[in-house]
Amino acid sequence: MMTIERKPPLGKKVQLMATCLCDAFYDDAAVATVQVLEHLGLTVEFPQAQTCCGQPAFNAGDWAASRRVARHMVRTFKGELPVIVPSSSCAAMVFHGSLLAFEHEPDLPAVEQLARRTWELADFIVHGLGVTTWPGRFDAAIAFHRSCHTRGSNSAEAAATLMRSIPGVNLVEFGEAEQCCGFGGTFSVSFPHISEAMGRLKLQHLRAAQPQVLVGVDTSCLMHLSGLAEKEGQPVKHLHVVQVLRDALKNGGLL
Amino acid sequence: MKFQPIDQFATTLAPEKRQSVYGGTKATHEKRTKLLAAQFAEPDHLRRLAGEIKQHAIENLDTLLPLAEERLKAGGAQVHWAVDAEAARRQVLAILQRRGATRLVKAKTMVSEEIELAPFLESHGIECLETDLGEFIIQIDHDHPSHIVRPIIHKNRREIAVSFEKNGLGAYNDEPEVITRRAREFMRKKYLAADVGMTGANFVVAESGRLVVVTNEGNSRFSLAATKCHIALVGIEKIVPRDRDLALFLNLLARSATAQQLTVYTEFIQGPKAAGQPDGPEEMHVIFVDNGRTEVLASECREILRCIRCGACMNVCPVYRQVSGHAYRSVYPGPVGAVLSPLLAGEHFLDKADLPKASSLCGACNEVCPVNIPISDLLLRLRDKGKREGAPSPGLPPMGPWALLASQPLVWKAALFCGRMLDHVPGALIPVPAFHAWTGCRTLPKWRGGEFRKWLRVRKK
Ligand code: SF4
Repeated sequence: MMTIERKPPLGKKVQLMATCLCDAFYDDAAVATVQVLEHLGLTVEFPQAQTCCGQPAFNAGDWAASRRVARHMVRTFKGELPVIVPSSSCAAMVFHGSLLAFEHEPDLPAVEQLARRTWELADFIVHGLGVTTWPGRFDAAIAFHRSCHTRGSNSAEAAATLMRSIPGVNLVEFGEAEQCCGFGGTFSVSFPHISEAMGRLKLQHLRAAQPQVLVGVDTSCLMHLSGLAEKEGQPVKHLHVVQVLRDALKNGGLL
Repeated sequence: MKFQPIDQFATTLAPEKRQSVYGGTKATHEKRTKLLAAQFAEPDHLRRLAGEIKQHAIENLDTLLPLAEERLKAGGAQVHWAVDAEAARRQVLAILQRRGATRLVKAKTMVSEEIELAPFLESHGIECLETDLGEFIIQIDHDHPSHIVRPIIHKNRREIAVSFEKNGLGAYNDEPEVITRRAREFMRKKYLAADVGMTGANFVVAESGRLVVVTNEGNSRFSLAATKCHIALVGIEKIVPRDRDLALFLNLLARSATAQQLTVYTEFIQGPKAAGQPDGPEEMHVIFVDNGRTEVLASECREILRCIRCGACMNVCPVYRQVSGHAYRSVYPGPVGAVLSPLLAGEHFLDKADLPKASSLCGACNEVCPVNIPISDLLLRLRDKGKREGAPSPGLPPMGPWALLASQPLVWKAALFCGRMLDHVPGALIPVPAFHAWTGCRTLPKWRGGEFRKWLRVRKK
């Protein structure tokens, strides 16, 4: 959800907010983000002090704790450079969630300043840079899960546009595509039974479409869905959209 | 392991009930979406406009309510103000007793559920009959509504046939037509014998004092035709400023609630029977019920007062679909209830503080709400309020220490490194409930903490 006007990016340098999940589990998605941004001619800066966006505490209702993390993030990502996040959820935390949490705080302007230059990756490529087609090759039937934090933003449409343009990609349709997968951050562990039921429903729809790869813009949803599938003994191949973009470049000999 | 009450409830819900709820909500939601898209170029513009009008109305209740009162009185209605449930119940009883009335026929009103009117009246010897078919079935079953528009969405017709048989309404037959016919025959006699008819109101127009009541069964119309006295129970937030606003709201309400272009019956009521009119109640009372709404208006969640009770948010809600309305322990279930119920609970807020947590925050409700309420933001605000007021949060590790960790880069990096332990320590030894809640139904990917940073370092060299 967007609640703030964003500045168009200037210059050739960006900062990367890799997200805590990439830091802990999905390093290749972060690597792919760097490779893809560099392919686009950008210089990527990685502020070493970064940790998390604060969303777990925010969702859990501990806004004081989430503000502590958000303040750290504001300090870490100083300056005017666009901040690129390979996650619609963490990006939305910066440009929507934190604005709520800081509504009555004196340092709201600093949070807004960061919000105005923070982008989800696919949205940045398509709407920030104006790149709408992607070269290379990726031969697969892809089921694209539109995670819920793409609602009201341009991210899902941007990711789909890029993937559709890659030679070899076949985006398959599946039932109830707009429904939540049941991850929901802290919800996944505080409401595990409901979360599981929602995830199984999603998997059922996905499998019916017989994709070769499940792709998403958030590693969090992918971690939940693939974890469920693996526990069932029927693992699903899953990739972050940026891994598809990177692999397409590789397959096309462009990287 | 301790789970949240609603999650616990989900584990006990019969698969048959879940199927009824899931199937019913999904079908209505899909029809609604198709209908709006087919008939309006920009349904979202309409939702935004309706939201702005309703926001204006609730922020100007101090002038709009007195205006409505004045117009209602000019039309011959009597107007009463009830600060809380107790006052509202007493006012209804006083009207009935003054008329020596003992039989009330009642159309569907959520406010009457909210103030627990029926049991109160029955304890004073008043027969109180629900005339909405769904509510009637709830009444004979001693059940509770589980949806604000479709109170029996959790039941299938076989269960209904059984309760009809039990209640002497004919031998078992689960044909919907037969069930409806039997209910109608039973009710017709009751209407004719009733003393007072009660309705709610979907809208009250301030500038004209016009009450709008929509139904699909015509039961409110029957109540008004057959009785001499009409009582309307109305939440104070039902106000819209102008008659012309109704065009927008009626178009949105029917489509959002039941995927209809317009409800079958739409009544505009502007007072009791006037001189020269052959039919209609000779006495009309409008009871404006506050019951906590003023405090909601003063809170940071006031947008919820825009709600026109269409039920679209629960139809689309993936959590509601899994748990049914009864999981919410409230008159108002689903996303709207998860916001409204804790707020209306007033000093008992903490008893309901778990409701706003029963959401993956997917935001599907925001996209369907005909008055554009930012429901998921309000859920978040209430989680914050709950935390500040000491609500428990079973299943979650404390976030304070985590925030400390996540705001100190060196500690964070050390933790990324230490996380490797996860891959080697047997799960059973990890004393974190959230870990077990995760791994109960999912695997955890292999820990790769710090690997990305390593890649960056190596590359630089
Ligand atoms: S909150 Fe919105 S969608 Fe839900 S019942 Fe109210 S008006 Fe309908």
